[in-house]
Amino acid sequence: MADIAAFFAHWAEPLRVWLGTALALAGGVLVTIGAVGVLRFPDFYTRLHAASVTDTMGATLLLLGMALLAGWSLVTFKLALIWMFLFLTSPTASHAAANAAHTAGLEPIVGRWRGDDKSEDGA
Amino acid sequence: MPDYVLSHYNYWVVIVLMMVGLYIVFESGNLIKRLVGLSIFQTSVFLLYISLGKVAGGTAPILIGGGHGGDKSHGGDESHGAEGAHAVEAVDAHAGGHGGAHDAAHGAEHAAEILYSNPLPHVLILTAIVVGVATLSVGLAISVRIREAYGSVENDEIRAADISLGEAEETAA
Amino acid sequence: MNFVSSIVLVDIALLAMLGVVAVAIIRLKSLFAIVMLSGVYSLVSATWFVAMDAVDVAFTEAAVGAGISTALMLGAMLLTARRVKTPDKAGARRWGPFLAVFATGGLLIFASTDLPAFGDPNSPANSYVGKDYIERTPSEVGPPNIVTAVLASYRGFDTFGETVVIFAAGVAVALLIGFGERALAFSGQRSVTPEPVSPDDHHMVLRVVSKLLIPLIALYAFYVQFHGDYGPGGGFQAGVIFAVAVILNALIFGLSETMDAVPAGAARAGAAFGVLLYGGVGVVNLLNGGAFLDYDYLFETPAPGSYDPHHWGQHFGILLVELGVLATVASTMIVIFYAFAGRAPEIRDEDW
Repeated sequence: MADIAAFFAHWAEPLRVWLGTALALAGGVLVTIGAVGVLRFPDFYTRLHAASVTDTMGATLLLLGMALLAGWSLVTFKLALIWMFLFLTSPTASHAAANAAHTAGLEPIVGRWRGDDKSEDGA
Repeated sequence: MPDYVLSHYNYWVVIVLMMVGLYIVFESGNLIKRLVGLSIFQTSVFLLYISLGKVAGGTAPILIGGGHGGDKSHGGDESHGAEGAHAVEAVDAHAGGHGGAHDAAHGAEHAAEILYSNPLPHVLILTAIVVGVATLSVGLAISVRIREAYGSVENDEIRAADISLGEAEETAA
Repeated sequence: MNFVSSIVLVDIALLAMLGVVAVAIIRLKSLFAIVMLSGVYSLVSATWFVAMDAVDVAFTEAAVGAGISTALMLGAMLLTARRVKTPDKAGARRWGPFLAVFATGGLLIFASTDLPAFGDPNSPANSYVGKDYIERTPSEVGPPNIVTAVLASYRGFDTFGETVVIFAAGVAVALLIGFGERALAFSGQRSVTPEPVSPDDHHMVLRVVSKLLIPLIALYAFYVQFHGDYGPGGGFQAGVIFAVAVILNALIFGLSETMDAVPAGAARAGAAFGVLLYGGVGVVNLLNGGAFLDYDYLFETPAPGSYDPHHWGQHFGILLVELGVLATVASTMIVIFYAFAGRAPEIRDEDW
């Protein structure tokens, strides 16, 4: 038992830092993927879908990584609050944008996507 | 040379941004777009001030360890100058006599071990931002009145309306 | 260069984003997109301010630039035009702005070669007054946040002037486009026949979430206000955040309902009250024998040679002054928003 306790005491610190870095980096990668998606996707609704990758998993992983890197303190609580607010506001914002587009009469592209046809560009 | 570029590129980028704002003000005939250009120009000036106040390796100017206000442990035994405004001599004079140099030393010690960025530009810009939005709203209000009087916020159309109005008055007189 | 290279990378990335956004604004014709991009520009520059250690400034820029000024510009845009007209430009009108801007920029860059290196701790700007403030704040004023100490105490007179400028701008907007009386008059008409809530209400989600968020935003404004001595924040930021809560309420639940909750008259009175409170604190110090806004004289004339280790006078002086700033900034922003939003007799949901 004592061995295991000593093992954790020794490795907890580097493990925390490495895990935090890995999570933050993964979050960064997801944010990049979301950005590429916003640039590359054909119409408004698919772009919104790509952007939501940034809001959900990207932000969550980044905040989790930062919380691990910061250690157990007031910062952890603040990061948790930020996470909570992001989870309240970003789906609402996506909903508002999609709802506005739908009300304004923007039709999503349905069926198979056939190349970059300018006439159907949803911008 | 790379060192020189690294130590000055900030100013150059800020100047370029400033010129973009100025170009929008010159080029666009639309009053609202001009106000946007003006606010870009303004933000770039803020960027310049803040980058002048940055100290390499420094941190935000919030005293680590709570400053004096949070430091109750050595509260009772200090006494030096009464007035904040001219206390340098007072600090020196009273430091030896009352054994109260602790406080001043406390501050100096903080300044020595931790570098803080310059707080003065921060104060100037902080208030300038809020004043900036207040004056921006005055500009927007004037544009709204111009739109109501002329039916347009385009510079050319306003000038044309002014000229035709002047001509009409001329012929009437 | 003793900069960590990661800081330089962040710096370059953010500055590049600023450049891209600014150039995009030049090329756009839709005013809605231009206004939104100017909000993005403010938000990115706020991020850059954090990288430059200016946390208080970043806070203000994020709240003002991405919050209030975008809302105000949208309000003004709805009352004026939606698109920039593009008349054909030729000759001097096309190249004149280019030449003028290039000449000015060239001169400025030429002048910038004399500026001290970026981040130089011994540059003139960083060696004298700024350093003095950092060293003397703990023993003279007290709060850990030096920016608050300089803002409210050392340069309190300056900040008083700025508060008055904000108040004056509010008065100017009200003189130009009124207090939103048109909306008030219209709301009187509409209240006779209340609109039934339609079953296919598009804004149900927005209403529910913002009902949850608006009180929290207002509460956060007070946290920022009273935590301003210890962390980034203060009266300016708190005032703007509080005004954002009211503006959000007006956007979601309608202007007339918001005017019932926060009456325009109360906002007008609050703006005047803030300036009065700020000036009043200064006058109390005068009456106690100190200088204007010298908070050591706030409660009594201190005995010569005495030293208040808790800086109670400074603490309460800064607290009261920041409350004055909060009242003026929040009320003025609300008055200005009411003026713009109330100018149009009715703004349809689709227009926002």
